[in-house]
Amino acid sequence: MAAPARRTRAEPLLWLLFSSGGVVAALFIPVLLLLFGVAIPLGWVSTPDHAHLLAVLQHPVTRVVLLGLCVLALFHWAHRFRYTLHEGLRLKRLGTLVEILCYGGAVAGSLISAYLLLWAW
Amino acid sequence: MRTIALRVARYRPEDETEPTMQEYEVPLREDWAVLDGLNHIKDHLDGTLSYRWSCRMGICGSCGMTVNGEPKLTCGTFLTDYAPGPVTVEPLRNFPVVRDLVVDISDFMGKLPTVSPWIVDSEDAAPAEGEHLQTPEELDEYQQYSMCINCMLCYSACPVYGLDQDFLGPAAIALAQRYNLDSRDHGAHQRVDVLSAADGVWSCTFVGECTTACPKGVDPAGAIQRYKLTAATESVKSLLMPWGRRSDLPRPSGADQDNNAWSREVR
Repeated sequence: MAAPARRTRAEPLLWLLFSSGGVVAALFIPVLLLLFGVAIPLGWVSTPDHAHLLAVLQHPVTRVVLLGLCVLALFHWAHRFRYTLHEGLRLKRLGTLVEILCYGGAVAGSLISAYLLLWAW
Repeated sequence: MRTIALRVARYRPEDETEPTMQEYEVPLREDWAVLDGLNHIKDHLDGTLSYRWSCRMGICGSCGMTVNGEPKLTCGTFLTDYAPGPVTVEPLRNFPVVRDLVVDISDFMGKLPTVSPWIVDSEDAAPAEGEHLQTPEELDEYQQYSMCINCMLCYSACPVYGLDQDFLGPAAIALAQRYNLDSRDHGAHQRVDVLSAADGVWSCTFVGECTTACPKGVDPAGAIQRYKLTAATESVKSLLMPWGRRSDLPRPSGADQDNNAWSREVR
């Protein structure tokens, strides 16, 4: 083994984002899908009227929570996809390029979701 | 008497450039493990076959081989489970083959001492003060990791280690955690550099094959994930409080102990 261990400053933070993204995505996305994709269309719960739903969506807390969910889920994807490319497709030699594409994609996606959720409406 | 075919990988570097398979018929007995089949070959059919074994009771960790594609301790893998056969026996994957079923384990032997897999004592609690007492709860914290027998089946199962041999690997990290989680140990700070390196816990992508392969019920994948959280917490702390001491991990008091000195010499 190479004698002086190569320490990594970014990896722990990227892993924390990956890890928390996995947790929030696994906890909240199925609930949202079940609610808006199944329960409401099938009439299991009463359909909220449009004005009420819009008021909930426009509340600052809802926007921040949805933004948090989007950003963390994007960073979860970026980390997982980076390792899929590194190890699954053996592209480790393109390490820096893959990292820029994955995490850069997550940053771009986060900016777009911030724009959409905080400014666009 | 019923028999079963053992297809055994042979590699004699003095006459062959590639491993070949050789088939032997061995008795299929209810109480025979794959290792008994190999011993039968060695004693009665072909004395030139080379393989490692010692205790034949799942403690020494020397008879690990690839049986029908899976990493197994051959002393605990029964021939009847593979009847009517044939059973393919190959050397452990991800290691260089020295001869037949014998692999070169020097990579693991070099890595193991780098994580100080022993209790690093505190100078505060000299042995003169008596035993280091431990509650059953404190024992439960690390006990499963202490079952590791260094058989290296987890390295053979790990796809990350297969791709990148610089990865510290499952057993070494699980053994580091065995001591980190021991209430008597004060050595976490001297393991942190090796464990938190890019080739330490961060190389693991949580495939989990190490835990599936372990014949002793150790959960190396869990140990690695747990240490990732410890390392990430330390890392966030040092980012938020760069003026603070680099690590709050327990360290022996008094002078900087150099318990790694001998391991550096070994390397």
